Amino acid sequence: MPIRSSQDLVLVRQAVRTWSAELKFSLVEQTKMVTAASELARNTLDYGNGGEVTLQVVQEGLRKGLRLSFEDRGPGIPDIELALRDGYTSGGGMGLGLGGARRLVNEFDIVSKVGEGTRVTVTRWK
Amino acid sequence: MERIPILRMGKVLLVTIQVDMHDQLAVTLQDDLTARIVDSGARGVLIDISSLEVVDSFIGRILGNIATMSRVLDAQTVVVGMQPAVAITLVELGMSLPGIRTALNVEKGMALLQASIEADDAVPEVPDASLED
Repeated sequence: MPIRSSQDLVLVRQAVRTWSAELKFSLVEQTKMVTAASELARNTLDYGNGGEVTLQVVQEGLRKGLRLSFEDRGPGIPDIELALRDGYTSGGGMGLGLGGARRLVNEFDIVSKVGEGTRVTVTRWK
Repeated sequence: MERIPILRMGKVLLVTIQVDMHDQLAVTLQDDLTARIVDSGARGVLIDISSLEVVDSFIGRILGNIATMSRVLDAQTVVVGMQPAVAITLVELGMSLPGIRTALNVEKGMALLQASIEADDAVPEVPDASLED
């Protein structure tokens, strides 16, 4: 799914909600996943100059999960440790986006290259 | 242009957010509310978020801004109706909504606002004479 405008953020939230509901996530799990998606999609839009998100149902043995991968070709993050710290922001936000999203999911992976872009992958297991 | 309606009930402005807000809509609400407080001389703002399924850090920041701006304009803000799943998620996200007063539902929020508006009005005005020397 493309992330090009603040209207796309709403569509991403709706899609993640639908997929989480289909995986029979509890209401709290759904809300956490949708909120994490909202934070990461906004980062993609605001700091990565837009990009896209891929939704994927993953299976590991008996357990199923939802994996979201946000990719942009923006400026990249020079210091990931710093960007993950609560309260740190390079824009006008509250600095809770990355670190907050990480707390809302089970697995969190970030790859960023300055000048090339950023990919954030998160997974939540049922 | 898409807008969230603001209703007036006496000294209170009532906002019920019924749609999944995109960021621009939230910013528009913030601007509209501050303008309406000034126009109407409202002393309280009640924001019902019971239909909101997601409150992320952006919406949280907007709610905080609204509370701060209304305070500067001599009005008070109470946010009501937060869904339990939203509250759990907000705490995990790391947001504490500083400066925002909350109540369980519209009825309790309205009572809280009325009480604090009355308490505010009960404070006697400082006479000019006491400001001398």
